[in-house]
Amino acid sequence: MDVKSVRGLVGNKLSFESVSADNGLKRAANMTADEIISQVIASGLRGRGGAGFPTAKKWEFARSEKGDSKYIVCNADEGEPGTFKDRLILTDFPDLVFAGMAIAGKAVGAEHGILYLRAEYAWLRDHLEKVLEWRRSAKLLGKGLFNNKYFNFDIQIRMGSGAYICGEETALLESLEGRRGDARNRIPFPVQAGFLGKPTVVNNVETLAWVPCIIEKGPSWFSAMGTKKSPGAWLFSVSGDCKRPGIYEYPFGTSLHQLLEDVGGEDAKAVQVGGASGLCVPPTGFSRTLSAGDLATGGSIIIYGPEQDMFDVAENFQHFFADESCGQCVPCRIGNVRLLDAIRKMRKAGLDAETERTLRQLTSTMRTASKCGLGQSSTKAFLSILDNFKNELPPVVGEAKATAAAE
Amino acid sequence: MEGQSPVQLEVERLIRVHGRNRTALMPILQELNRAHSYLSEEAMLCVSKELGVPRAEVYGVATFYSFLSVRPRGRFVIRMCRSISCAKQGKFHPVTAALMEELGISFGETTPDGLFTLEKTNCMGMCDQGPAILVNEDVHVKLTVASVLEIIDDYRRKAKAEGFGKKIA
Amino acid sequence: MDTKVETIVVVIDGKELNVSPGTTVLEAATAAGIHIPTLCHHDDLCAEALYSQTDANADRKTAAEKYTASGMLPTPSSCRLCLVEVEGLRTLQASCSLPIINPMKIHTSSTKIRHARRDILELMMSEHYGDCFACTRNGTCELQKLCSEYGVNTERFGRPEQAPFEMADPANIIQRDMNKCILCRRCVRMCALYQGVSALTTEGRGDHSRISTFMGREMKDAWCINCGQCINRCPTGALTERDDTEAVWRAIEDPEKFVVIQTAPAPRAAIGEAFGCEPGTPMTFQMNTALRRIGFDKVFDTNFSADLTIFEEGAELIGRLYHALVLKDNAAALPQFTSCSPGWIKFIEHFYPDFLPHLSTAKSPQQMMGAVLKTYFAEKNGWDPAKIVSVSLMPCTAKKFEAGRHEMHSSGFQDVDYALTTREMARMFKQAGIDLPKLEKSNFDDPFGTPTGSGVIFGATGGVMEAALRTVIEVVTGEPVENLFGHADIQPVRGFDGVRMAEVTIPKVGPVPAVFSRLVPNFDWLKGATLKVGLAHGTANAIRVLEDIKQKGPLSTCHFIEFMACPGGCLGGGGQPIPTSPEIRAARAKAIYAEDAAYQVRKSHENKDVLRIYEEFFREGPCSRKSHDLLHTHYTARNATVLDKKPA
Repeated sequence: MDVKSVRGLVGNKLSFESVSADNGLKRAANMTADEIISQVIASGLRGRGGAGFPTAKKWEFARSEKGDSKYIVCNADEGEPGTFKDRLILTDFPDLVFAGMAIAGKAVGAEHGILYLRAEYAWLRDHLEKVLEWRRSAKLLGKGLFNNKYFNFDIQIRMGSGAYICGEETALLESLEGRRGDARNRIPFPVQAGFLGKPTVVNNVETLAWVPCIIEKGPSWFSAMGTKKSPGAWLFSVSGDCKRPGIYEYPFGTSLHQLLEDVGGEDAKAVQVGGASGLCVPPTGFSRTLSAGDLATGGSIIIYGPEQDMFDVAENFQHFFADESCGQCVPCRIGNVRLLDAIRKMRKAGLDAETERTLRQLTSTMRTASKCGLGQSSTKAFLSILDNFKNELPPVVGEAKATAAAE
Repeated sequence: MEGQSPVQLEVERLIRVHGRNRTALMPILQELNRAHSYLSEEAMLCVSKELGVPRAEVYGVATFYSFLSVRPRGRFVIRMCRSISCAKQGKFHPVTAALMEELGISFGETTPDGLFTLEKTNCMGMCDQGPAILVNEDVHVKLTVASVLEIIDDYRRKAKAEGFGKKIA
Repeated sequence: MDTKVETIVVVIDGKELNVSPGTTVLEAATAAGIHIPTLCHHDDLCAEALYSQTDANADRKTAAEKYTASGMLPTPSSCRLCLVEVEGLRTLQASCSLPIINPMKIHTSSTKIRHARRDILELMMSEHYGDCFACTRNGTCELQKLCSEYGVNTERFGRPEQAPFEMADPANIIQRDMNKCILCRRCVRMCALYQGVSALTTEGRGDHSRISTFMGREMKDAWCINCGQCINRCPTGALTERDDTEAVWRAIEDPEKFVVIQTAPAPRAAIGEAFGCEPGTPMTFQMNTALRRIGFDKVFDTNFSADLTIFEEGAELIGRLYHALVLKDNAAALPQFTSCSPGWIKFIEHFYPDFLPHLSTAKSPQQMMGAVLKTYFAEKNGWDPAKIVSVSLMPCTAKKFEAGRHEMHSSGFQDVDYALTTREMARMFKQAGIDLPKLEKSNFDDPFGTPTGSGVIFGATGGVMEAALRTVIEVVTGEPVENLFGHADIQPVRGFDGVRMAEVTIPKVGPVPAVFSRLVPNFDWLKGATLKVGLAHGTANAIRVLEDIKQKGPLSTCHFIEFMACPGGCLGGGGQPIPTSPEIRAARAKAIYAEDAAYQVRKSHENKDVLRIYEEFFREGPCSRKSHDLLHTHYTARNATVLDKKPA
């Protein structure tokens, strides 16, 4: 399959186009681990999978762990509905990702890299294997990078098999070890005991792709792009009711207004930021900015036009979570099903005050008591729809009669 | 080796490629699933025996992942995205209807000739180019009624070239 | 050695505690007397219990090594009931899996926590189908207890109106009712980690998850050994044993039938727990009274056939040793394996059929008694064996399977008609209005009623070995075993370590007693020999032994190895009262050894009932033709799968 044929639209100029992957790698090859980590700290780079953990901090933890074998895992299990930026990066800029992994390897003392590619992207595999093959032959991968016998790093590709939860790093590790993708307990953390119990860094595709850019162009090049609190730029996957869906790069601090204008979605009635587990922002919030302090995101923007029934959105995504929960913990496994039942019911018969109280209490329990990020964030979309679009629900059967009688 | 079934030979080959350890379980199951469209009891038992992973655990792993199946499926599994980010394209319903009508089956079913299985899947990362389908590992985007019928025809021709159907008959 | 132990200060509910690093918040709170509710956690399945069960070097391992070695999550922390608030952390934390590595301030009770726990329980109830009052776990159900504590009602999230799952085949000995399952996975972990069987797994994902078997088969068709350890760990009524009590009531009430019962040693040490007694309160003689009161015509002691087993199995061992060591007969497989535990038997038939020749052909005490009752006893008393209903009280669910095996018809009838578990018997007593601890004591019936210590200790891991050694040593040396081991307590084979080995040197030999004279001409060949024995309990430990033998490791040098399927031996059997824990099993063991010490007859070869049956019935002695017909059996490999079908 020709991977470029499904590349899709790139809406504006991407920073990645202006860097050559291997300048950064070459420079890193001559740096010490400390130097690499301090550059990444200075850039302010944070994880692009959604949680936004400072990348260099993760590396430092893994680096401080003893052990002869450590792993760098690139999380390419991009499963958040409405997210497809990693698809584009792996299509157009795989060298950046692989170089980023090697740099991370050098920084933490790891010689093994694994790219965990979601099953839905299996069509990218041959393309990526060819790139890896080329890199090995160019001494950019394998034993002795740049003919430096102390710099060894190789990458293998491992496939997912269709499970959203495997984008959660501990579930991903379970899957790599040949098990069900059940989220692990977070202590020990993967940086302490990850793949096969060894210290493991799990980074998102985009995070890793920025690394060689930062090393090549310097941390201030990167941090200058965003705001002080959220440095850098981000790739956004834009879909839904707009004229030009595709990939757009924006520095942090960009407003939703700006984005909607660029993509041709000015008449939006809501914008969902962060995929299925993201907030649905109504027009009153379109002046909000995409940044760590305001609308944190995994890079997904779904636009809903005036015709969209917002509780259809809520139902669709609650069904998604009920289906994609790993099924281990009770708040997530059963909570999502009860919430889905309730949404279906309220779309027919409205929502009375007491049921609303119950559901809000339930969402609070799911948010605070679930084992991993999936359950903890699975109520976000529903709550934001309830907060902003409650008027789209039909009146409660009993209450409608009472109101009519009173009038 | 004498007395070994084709599946046993296949598993042995896969173990030579991926190794005889637990971490090889997923790649081996994936390849078996790809070759046969599903994981048969025989295949799972064989993997269990060779890797030393209890059969129930192999089954537990196989049933966790949507792309692995423990029930027979068609030669081509067509997966259609059900996420709203994709379904929003508005052109979805005609394409879905065309697919179902052309194949004569609903979602979750397999055509009587064993050629196609129709499934729904969660987001496949083609939200910007929907409606989209995955056919086994290939992705097809920006579908129209005309293009989806053409795609089905292509796979039918491919199956014919492979001699599919003769084995069954 | 570093003598200074580093500790960390934590504050739990305002109470300052010093704990060693790695202690979980749950452990620290429990030690401080603060109760935190749990469902997916079980004392047997927490990290420490697991590692000490499976690995003697557990203390020296790091968390990462333990994780990898266990091959499964140390605790799934999936029920989320043990949530606590940790200052500085945004979400509630599962205390069962939160190790203390830094000082922290923890709150175990707050409105937020209480509401979350109630929500979680109500969510569980929203998928829980079945009536509490019709459930055998009514009163011992952990979910029911917590629902009552947290004031759970089902108004908010409802209850299923119809059964979401079909009922399993009533023929299964291990009954699974998925309508009551809360997916805590304790059964899956028990089956894999202690038993090494892995019959159970979690199938599917998300809202489709359920506990299942390979290909979703019925339990009777899965590679399950019927040990019932899953039942003992189930917090609800999702796992139970096949209920045979109705059939036994019917037999009792049938005037045509002569209903006899034999009772095994382990239930006596545990049945009191079902009546509110402390674990380890023996109920042997109160139970005799109760059994007569509910209508059993005779109450016999399985100790009789346990002692008979020692004769047959001991004779077989002497014979095997003679054949292997003196006659150099390769067909005599050593080490000899014990065969009393039906869970272990099915285990080896499924997973290690190559080792079947090592199994002693002696039947288990239950089946020896069954065969003798419908032959010797029927003849002696002039009863029609067709009218005898033979019931056994066992700590074991696998005994139900054993009783039903087609080989176990050597009397011409099914030798044992019904094998009841301790739990079933407690239920029958309650149905008859019997408050067991308040009953007067009474003895067993003759001719199988001599209480012997050697039979009693069959209920504990190491017990069969100890009973065998007491007899073998005396028979071979012609001297009291007390000359070698004080009070005839063979301490080296006792204890709870998963795999143990012991050696006994035979200092001198005596003449061959008449009853064994058919087997060997003399014992001279044993003079100065060192008898090596091994022990394993929990079939995961059996795997360790068998793999060691395969690798020609130290256990391959053993002459005799005792295997018990259940952790702790029969006292930890799958049919025993719920709950169970290492402490409860230790208390039961104490009761068993105390009973042994209190009896006058403590050696199988001194049991006068056994000696009499060799005089009156098995006149040619142990391992003779007649004893082979009635007291020995054979085994069948059960490892065939579709893979064994030859390709066309």
